[in-house]
Amino acid sequence: MERLPLIPKRRTFGEISLTAIFVALAIATAFIATRAYTPAYAFHMALFSLGSVVAVAAINMRYQARPVDPPPLFIDGRPNYNYGPVKFASLASLLWGTAGFLVGLYLALELAFPALNFDLPWINFGRLRPLHTSAVIFAFGGNALIATSFYVMQRTSRARIAGELAPWFVVLGYNFFILIAGTGYLLGVTRSHEYAEPEWYAILWLVVVWVTYLLVYLFTLARRTEPHIYVANWFYLAFIVTIAILVLGNNTEIPISIFSPKSVVVWSGVQDAMIQWWYGHNAVGFFLTAGFLGIVYYFIPKRAERPIYSYRLSIVHFWALIFLYIWAGPHHLHYTALPDWAQTLGMVFSVVLWMPSWGGMINGLMTLSGAWDKLRTDPVLRMLVVSVAFYGMSTFEGPLMSVKAVNSLSHYTDWGIGHVHSGSLGWVAFVSFGALYCVIPWIWNRKLYSLKLVNWHFWISTIGIVFYISAMWVAGIMQGLMWRAYTPQGFLEYSFVETTEALHPEYLIRAAGGALFVVGMLIMLVNIYKTITTPRTEQVLEAIPAPAAAE
Amino acid sequence: MTTGDVSAYEAWREFAATWGSAYFGLIFIAALAYVLRPSRRKHFDDAAQIPLRED
Repeated sequence: MERLPLIPKRRTFGEISLTAIFVALAIATAFIATRAYTPAYAFHMALFSLGSVVAVAAINMRYQARPVDPPPLFIDGRPNYNYGPVKFASLASLLWGTAGFLVGLYLALELAFPALNFDLPWINFGRLRPLHTSAVIFAFGGNALIATSFYVMQRTSRARIAGELAPWFVVLGYNFFILIAGTGYLLGVTRSHEYAEPEWYAILWLVVVWVTYLLVYLFTLARRTEPHIYVANWFYLAFIVTIAILVLGNNTEIPISIFSPKSVVVWSGVQDAMIQWWYGHNAVGFFLTAGFLGIVYYFIPKRAERPIYSYRLSIVHFWALIFLYIWAGPHHLHYTALPDWAQTLGMVFSVVLWMPSWGGMINGLMTLSGAWDKLRTDPVLRMLVVSVAFYGMSTFEGPLMSVKAVNSLSHYTDWGIGHVHSGSLGWVAFVSFGALYCVIPWIWNRKLYSLKLVNWHFWISTIGIVFYISAMWVAGIMQGLMWRAYTPQGFLEYSFVETTEALHPEYLIRAAGGALFVVGMLIMLVNIYKTITTPRTEQVLEAIPAPAAAE
Repeated sequence: MTTGDVSAYEAWREFAATWGSAYFGLIFIAALAYVLRPSRRKHFDDAAQIPLRED
């Protein structure tokens, strides 16, 4: 490097150490790739190696391009917010969401017309399904959570995000994990644990990324200039901490070799099942609920321009939710080898959970009191508020279905699929859409291209959800009743294939609902594309780069 | 598993169920006390304004 006489530009400790780590990783994974037991694993190790090389190059290019001094924390007394990683994660969320919804639609069609798998292993239902669930939950939802959390933590702390490379490592590393997991499913690499399919090496990577995420969050909070930690941060933190514990707990496994993608879980049988559903239900509770409640507590007040209905209720509901959710998992194992007391415990805690869930719903909805007229004029706020209504509905349905007597009818049927989708489409997707419609114009400092298109998105998707969940209610209850129907002689009345045949019309309606949801998403993509690419108008340019200035 | 292990399991289960609920119950009551103290009202009303009074 040539010497500069006045202010020498030096690589930071982070730049040097991260480069060293990636060089080592590139060499190690390239070595493993040459000795891998399976082609899929060799492919993944090659991806790791290639990714590490790209990371080294990117760190170096960033170093060449950056000024000598690190970016200031404040400019003219105002925090110098870092929106780069937020931008990346919000766009990644939209793209993964589109892919995940399309795969979901294809799966719905495969269920209605099984020939659509064309006898190809890669698009078989069993491989595509985890691709769909992971793409929508972890890729779409996860990127929306990372984007909004990085935004909210900075704004409510009034501080620039901690670290320069670390936030990028979190965002890019997380998306690399998604890439490894998703391609693995298609190639048949799986642990066969629902929502926990990625194998040991992908999980190892995820844990490193996730711990960095937690550290970035904590160090940002530590440099906050706002004395109180706003409640949305509590929900995001609960989400980050608990997901770390859950992933570590449910992946207590030993790889059979460093050259093999396969691992063996330490505890087998009913213990494995119980840990799996402790993980599984808390993925619902802390990924799909606590994280997205963080979105609610920031974006609804912000968009409605009024404070949360009751800040006290938000704290009570937070602690109640945290304490109760962790026990609810056994309701996934009713009438199995799990001890009876554990099943009852899971059921009781699920029913009690109704209270904090509705506490959150009431708090979100009542924030609008005195401002309900805004729902008429602002479809983005409407999307956020309807998501909270769906949250209330599915957190009523969930406790109901966890009751053993109801579960004996609903379990293993399409009612469960309907329940999950009223939560994931109505609650998680809508609240993410609402937040992204807010945050993308704010961070790009643009006006949202068209509220009319948001309105179309809202109604088309809502109708799609209603088609979807009502078809699945009918399908599930019919299926459950047919499975338990006896002839007067005491034989089962229907064979399994007869129940499957009977579901065909509902499967078509479900696919139609899913197609509407995809159409809504495409409308959103157009709207966001136009928002970002439309040149800034004079008026917006002059405005302070602060959110909601235009509203 | 021997009979001895089963009774140890029962003992642990009973201990965890009883004192675990008491422990969580107490923490929850502590959280309620923290939240509902009348003197905190102004503090929480102020905290609720955080998203709205950004620069």
